[in-house]
Amino acid sequence: MAAKSTPATTPTIVVVGHGMVGQRFLEALAERGVTERARVVVLCEEPRPAYDRVRLTSYFSGNTPDDLSMVEDGFMAEHGIELHLDDPAETIDTTTRTVTSRAGLSLTYDTLVMATGSYPFVPPVPGKDAEGCFVYRTIEDLLAIEEYAKTARVGAVVGGGLLGLEAAGALKGLGLQTHVVEFAPRLMPVQVDEGGGAALLRTIENMGLSVHTGVGTQEVLAGESGAVNGMALSDGSKLATDLVVFSAGVRPRDQLAREAGLAVGERGGIIVDEQCRTSDPAVFAIGECALASDGRVYGLVAPGYEMAEAVADVIDGGTRSFTGADTSTKLKLLGVDVASFGDAHGAADGCLDVVYSDSRAGVYKKLVVDGEGTLLGGILVGDAESYGTLRALTGSVPPVSPEQLVLPAGAGAPAALGPSALPDEAVICSCHNVTKGTIRGAVTEHSCTTVPEVKKCTKAGTGCGSCVKVLGQLVNAELEASGVEVDKGLCGCFGQTRQELYEIVRALRITSYQQLLDSHGREAARGGNGCEICKPTVGSIIASLAPSIGASGYVLEGEQAALQDTNDHFLANLQKNGSYSIVPRIPGGEITPEKLIVIGEVARDFGLYTKITGGQRIDLFGARVDQLPQIWARLVDAGFESGHAYGKALRTVKSCVGQTWCRYGVQDSVRMAIDLELRYRGLRSPHKLKSAVSGCQRECAEAQSKDFGVIATANGWNLYVGGNGGATPRHADLLAQDLSDAELVRLIDRFLMFYIRTADRLERTSTWLERIEGGLDHVRDVVVHDSLGICAELESLMADHVAGYRDEWAETLNDPERLLRFVSFVNAPDTPDPTVKFVPERDQVKPDLPLLSIRSLEETLEGAAR
Amino acid sequence: MTATTLAPATTEVLIQLRPADEWLAVCPLSRLTPGRGVAALLPDGRQVALFLDRDGVPYAIDNRDPFTGAQVLARGLVGSAAGRPFVASPLLKQRFDLSTGRCLDDESVAVTAYEVRAA
Ligand code: SRM
Ligand SMILES: Cc1cc2nc3c(=O)[nH]c(=O)nc-3n(C[C@H](O)[C@H](O)[C@H](O)COP(=O)(O)OP(=O)(O)OC[C@H]3O[C@@H](n4cnc5c(N)ncnc54)[C@H](O)[C@@H]3O)c2cc1C
Ligand code: SF4
Ligand code: FES
Repeated sequence: MAAKSTPATTPTIVVVGHGMVGQRFLEALAERGVTERARVVVLCEEPRPAYDRVRLTSYFSGNTPDDLSMVEDGFMAEHGIELHLDDPAETIDTTTRTVTSRAGLSLTYDTLVMATGSYPFVPPVPGKDAEGCFVYRTIEDLLAIEEYAKTARVGAVVGGGLLGLEAAGALKGLGLQTHVVEFAPRLMPVQVDEGGGAALLRTIENMGLSVHTGVGTQEVLAGESGAVNGMALSDGSKLATDLVVFSAGVRPRDQLAREAGLAVGERGGIIVDEQCRTSDPAVFAIGECALASDGRVYGLVAPGYEMAEAVADVIDGGTRSFTGADTSTKLKLLGVDVASFGDAHGAADGCLDVVYSDSRAGVYKKLVVDGEGTLLGGILVGDAESYGTLRALTGSVPPVSPEQLVLPAGAGAPAALGPSALPDEAVICSCHNVTKGTIRGAVTEHSCTTVPEVKKCTKAGTGCGSCVKVLGQLVNAELEASGVEVDKGLCGCFGQTRQELYEIVRALRITSYQQLLDSHGREAARGGNGCEICKPTVGSIIASLAPSIGASGYVLEGEQAALQDTNDHFLANLQKNGSYSIVPRIPGGEITPEKLIVIGEVARDFGLYTKITGGQRIDLFGARVDQLPQIWARLVDAGFESGHAYGKALRTVKSCVGQTWCRYGVQDSVRMAIDLELRYRGLRSPHKLKSAVSGCQRECAEAQSKDFGVIATANGWNLYVGGNGGATPRHADLLAQDLSDAELVRLIDRFLMFYIRTADRLERTSTWLERIEGGLDHVRDVVVHDSLGICAELESLMADHVAGYRDEWAETLNDPERLLRFVSFVNAPDTPDPTVKFVPERDQVKPDLPLLSIRSLEETLEGAAR
Repeated sequence: MTATTLAPATTEVLIQLRPADEWLAVCPLSRLTPGRGVAALLPDGRQVALFLDRDGVPYAIDNRDPFTGAQVLARGLVGSAAGRPFVASPLLKQRFDLSTGRCLDDESVAVTAYEVRAA
């Protein structure tokens, strides 16, 4: 097929490879208006347009391939760019300046840009092609791994570098028992030194991954079916595994260039000059496939972006160049912060190290300075909080001594150095090379007032995202400095934060939402109906404080009824077809056969779908609103109570069987779980609260994934706080050790009340702990050492709650007035809603949804904020 | 009063709807809580969501949430946006203007608004 005929005046630019750098190059061309003057054709080997490879792994935490796309809707059409998907370039003829694609397209170019990236290196070991061997580079790789993992139990990753650990995290996330095999004597040999590797190793092993360092993979073993069943290692041992992911480094994809006669480096990479021009002046190479003029191949995206900008500028008649880049990185690997910047390994002559290391906490920090005190680089493992600031200070003498920069807060470190201490030239976003001055300019000159606006204007924060926190601080500081008030208000009705509203309600003993809105709401909102954000929030605050401020503890009393989200309003969880689910409380997950039978009978009599939940209790689905009182009458009769599955309140305290039965148990975890569940049941809070108690360190109750988790020790209990499952899992932090029963309960009382007092709306303890100034140390100071002198008050608030608790369902059933709301139709109380229908599925029922379509998952998740 | 159904012999104030030409009594005003809704069944099988705002003004819109197809709008929370009352769907939280039925989050969507009065 011949190329489209183009007028001689319109030059043609052909781009080979549509990865991250290729796309960035197209954007840079469009920004400069080059796309209006030239025909741009892109050959893309993958079946989809460029996507965010850096965040590839987030596919496993719910990001769809579409979420990862880097191409804005309509971008290609708007700029008249021709993109050919699934059609790689096969040959290049530099004399006739033609590129031929696999589909037979023949393109004559004036300028050719190679952006072919790299390929994963697979060591040439026998068996490497067996079924069950994968690499980790593209979305297609991930889809294949995900599919294969369904039938696998154990997975092994070859390579303990950055990508290897990311792959290992993904395998673990897929439920595989995971091994990492690294040839070097430590993990992440490129980024961290021995000390950092040791801190990382400890933390990663604590997460349940098995790490084998200092051993090579000799052979991949396969069974008769040809599928992987193990690996032979260089120390003579064998590792049984069902799946192998090779992540032993990447190599530049220079084959096509090599065949076209372009010069390539001895160890690979298309040789380019400072303007990224190859040995043929009409051909450029950018990104991971290029061997830059400083003799390096960059495996990071930021230098690739700089090359893309340089080439676009050169094509546009400019003189920008690329002479080398910073390889600083900050990553969260399996939840551990790892960062390295500047001269991390101390390669400069006469440089000195300042090291802080706490292997118990898995923290390692090293700064490299020269004789004059100039900061040259560093490594941070386990706590990379100061990365943004330190990286930006690199090359200058920091305003405080280096040892103060590595000491943890509370151990003699000065107040953390904020971004305000940085000079304007400091690079804040290294992915896009954006300085502090540019960010300030976005606020002062381009009148951006929010982080998203600044991101759009400067591109800062749109790469790996590690600078977004510092970005936010800078934007707020700049706004405040220029006199703009930063609106931290809860919603359109209230200018206060949730914490401020809590304090107002508590101090003024305000028990009515309307009174609060009319006296403290924004001017325009006073006298109005409020909104769906502040109503439940204030309802929750009033409910948390009810006994202390003299409000009714019953959430459906008077005005309070109008504030509750729909679930609280019907004391049940709304399902997609308008029916409800019912979750009776089963404290600690312990239940008698009699009670189990009652649940079974109720479910059978009302035709409810039953399911064991992830919280050690039983959910009954498919009740019509008018059936709720009848169902609960039977349940209350049998001694059940509301499980508050509908409320932002305590959900469950999971337990393991513990000392009573288990041969390893060292305390009675079931009793403790029941005690805690009964103590905190009904407690309304900013978000739901979950807990668990394990009888020993084996942790069968998964306490470390809970808002407050308890693990038995020989001497008592360890208390962990701030754990979370969900979309952004977080392991809980140890708050205190070896507590007696009474000490444990007292500490949890204080912790929960302090959280309820200071958290934002819908902020789980995990995000709260990360947000609150001073973090865990501050919370420990407040609740353990009573640094604010409020513990007595926190305890008495909890005592009021415990004394005031009554079961919401029993109260509702006892009052005919309250039961009136449980009808499908106000004018036809005996008519069930005919649109709530069910069809059979696996011996039970499911909603019949011919008319229904839940629009988008994204919205559903947000909507789940009930 | 031209209410056609069930009007009790008391002088209680009733909520009345006009789905077609006739006014139709639905329930006593006292059954509504300001800031919340209830569902009502029309003789032809349609469902209506009735609300009171905090000033005691009644509103009525279709009960069917057009985004999911479920008959649930009556169970949403009432609020004000730019001084006009709305209900937020309890399922996916889109807001509907109570007097016009227009969806505030998607211009292309609206539900029927009914004439309603307390008399
Ligand atoms: C029923 C259950 C699933 C199951 O079939 O097992 C469930 C069902 C729902 N979960 Fe869950 N979650 C259930 C256990 C969990 C767990 C596991 C656990 O608790 O051990 C988690 C992860 C642990 C955690 O919370 O940290 C979990 C994390 C979530 C999240 C994410 C929370 C987060 O902080 O990221 C949401 C969304 C939210 O709350 O905003 C959610 C929200 C929901 C909602 C309420 C969504 C909604 O609004 O409709 C579901 C309502 C069910 C219903 O209508 O009855 N569910 N959910 C489980 C009920 C447990 C119970 O007995 O109460
Ligand atoms: C899991 C993972 C995590 C990462 N994390 C980070 C991180 O935290 N920070 C960071 O800076 N970097 C990270 N990287 C590296 C980063 O993704 C790369 O540096 C970046 O993608 C390089 O962009 P590129 O455009 O040069 O190459 P690529 O994004 O690989 O794009 C090259 C494209 O060219 C295509 N191609 C190749 N040959 C041809 C041909 N003949 N014809 C047509 N198309 C062709 C390929 O199919 C590919 O789509 C990570 C990489 C992975 C895999
Ligand atoms: S956590 Fe310990 S005590 Fe509890 S069941 Fe597991 S092994 Fe037994
Ligand atoms: S440093 Fe990566 S996005 Fe800013």
